Amino acid sequence: MSEDSGWQRLHPLSPVVRAGRGTIAIFVILVPTLLGGRGLGSSLPQLAVVGVIAVLGFVQWLVTRWRIEGDDLRIETGVLRRQSLRFPLSQVQAIDIVRPGLARMFRVAELRLRMGGSTASTARLAYLNEKEAEPLRAHLLALAHAGEHAVPPTEELAEEVLTTVPTRRLVASILISDVGIVAELVIAGLIVAAVLTPSAVVGLASGGAAWLFAVATALWRRFNQEYRLTVARAEDGLRLRSGLVALSAETIRPGRVQAVRMVEPLLWRRLGWCRLEVDLAGRQRRRGESGSTGRQLRALLPVGSRALAADLLEHLVPDAPQPTRRAPRRAVVKSPLRWRFLAWERSDRAVVTCTGRVRRVTVWVPLEKVQSFRRVEGPLQRRLRLATVHLDVAGRALHATLRDRDRAEGDEALADLVARARELRRAG
Amino acid sequence: MSGEPDWQRPSPRLLTMRRLEVTSATAVLAVVGFVVLAFTQIVAAVIVAAGIVLAGVASLVFVTRRVRAWGYAEREDDLFVRRGVMFSRMSVIPYGRMQFIDVTAGPVERLFGLATVRMHTAAAASDARIPGLAADEAARVRDRLAELGEAQAAGL
Repeated sequence: MSEDSGWQRLHPLSPVVRAGRGTIAIFVILVPTLLGGRGLGSSLPQLAVVGVIAVLGFVQWLVTRWRIEGDDLRIETGVLRRQSLRFPLSQVQAIDIVRPGLARMFRVAELRLRMGGSTASTARLAYLNEKEAEPLRAHLLALAHAGEHAVPPTEELAEEVLTTVPTRRLVASILISDVGIVAELVIAGLIVAAVLTPSAVVGLASGGAAWLFAVATALWRRFNQEYRLTVARAEDGLRLRSGLVALSAETIRPGRVQAVRMVEPLLWRRLGWCRLEVDLAGRQRRRGESGSTGRQLRALLPVGSRALAADLLEHLVPDAPQPTRRAPRRAVVKSPLRWRFLAWERSDRAVVTCTGRVRRVTVWVPLEKVQSFRRVEGPLQRRLRLATVHLDVAGRALHATLRDRDRAEGDEALADLVARARELRRAG
Repeated sequence: MSGEPDWQRPSPRLLTMRRLEVTSATAVLAVVGFVVLAFTQIVAAVIVAAGIVLAGVASLVFVTRRVRAWGYAEREDDLFVRRGVMFSRMSVIPYGRMQFIDVTAGPVERLFGLATVRMHTAAAASDARIPGLAADEAARVRDRLAELGEAQAAGL
């Protein structure tokens, strides 16, 4: 456990773990050369490169230090371009502990503090001793809650496990998800082609190899990330733990949820399954970032029954309504595929909207988190006397959209929601 | 909404500026198109130039309607901004949600003594800007909004 003053260093093995695959590659290249008996002389250039990298990594470790200063976490790093980073703990949205495969081997863990507010960024302490990480996280969370004078908790907070996702169900759900089905059809097609005309397969397979590889990676990543995902409730928030090779643990602080999304793909609906995802305030998506990484949300429930999802939702968005007010019949002209699912509802503290063409997507937004409201009316909508109302929140990917409502209903809803959100802001 | 809000308009100079922009762009395009084609086919050149001028006149009409559609209203707790003719949009931004407000003025805007005020919230999707305010009016709006934002600031 750290003192409140005094600089701390990261774990000495950090550079090794951080280099990750590079380290493994170096071993794979070096070991055969050394064992090959050709002596050190012939592999001198390789050794020199490795030496330089090792020294750089060591220096990087040497100049990096961190400490807790009152309400802030300070990290100093850099040799040529010295950086001093200050992270106000009061703006912490969530703290994650991440352990990639290599880190688990060396018993170290990375601590990630996701910040909100105008300084939205991520503070990383990579890597810390595994035993230190957990108490430090509890300490930081306590500081984030109570400010400077918090007493670090002496014992682990009691937690109540809400749910764990069974592995078999996770595998089944990935196999019949949208991406999974497409991949299986392609593979089945390839096998059929191989039986009928073996000569054509080589060309087909090599052409689609890159695509297949990408899909396989995506599916594997999802499996790896969501393997045995456990949700537990503790005093400092909801705790998520998951992972097969790389373990991750994170805490979602109460009242920090910007939006919750429930996704029900076509085949899942038959089985009554759904997926629950949470959006927190954090770094906005940058322009250069690819859609998949930036838009990825944290799954709270990779797969589960609707009842279980409703149960978890209760912990995230208090007083969550169900979408019951459907869009008017004439909206079918503007949104022929979506019309079937379009609906919304509000309660005193939250709004729910439902949409989707093949997948049904339901989004909950707490009214007190709404940053701005927008009403949009396009040319076709004007013809049909329809309007769309958007509720923007500070999350990364989600916002609630009351799509294609009757114009009068839209105006009324806008006025009503604006007024209600104002009351909640004042009260909060 | 309790009664129709008191809509404020951008400066009339914005309309002049936008019209001038469209006119000069049309003129340049028409002249270039005419000159390039005139060496080979004089008839085609005339048709192209006439087409460009016609398109310019049409966009002049659109630009006029677009500029007239802009409006903003300062209310007790939030700011209304409306815009758009084809896609008419209205944004409601609570003062307490504004994170920062910036005033920008491009070279052409400066020539006309105009500025654009832009409001930012924590949500990337909420886009609210008021173009074509007279420079002193823009500064006044910025200061006023900042003051109101300070008074009503709410956490994330």
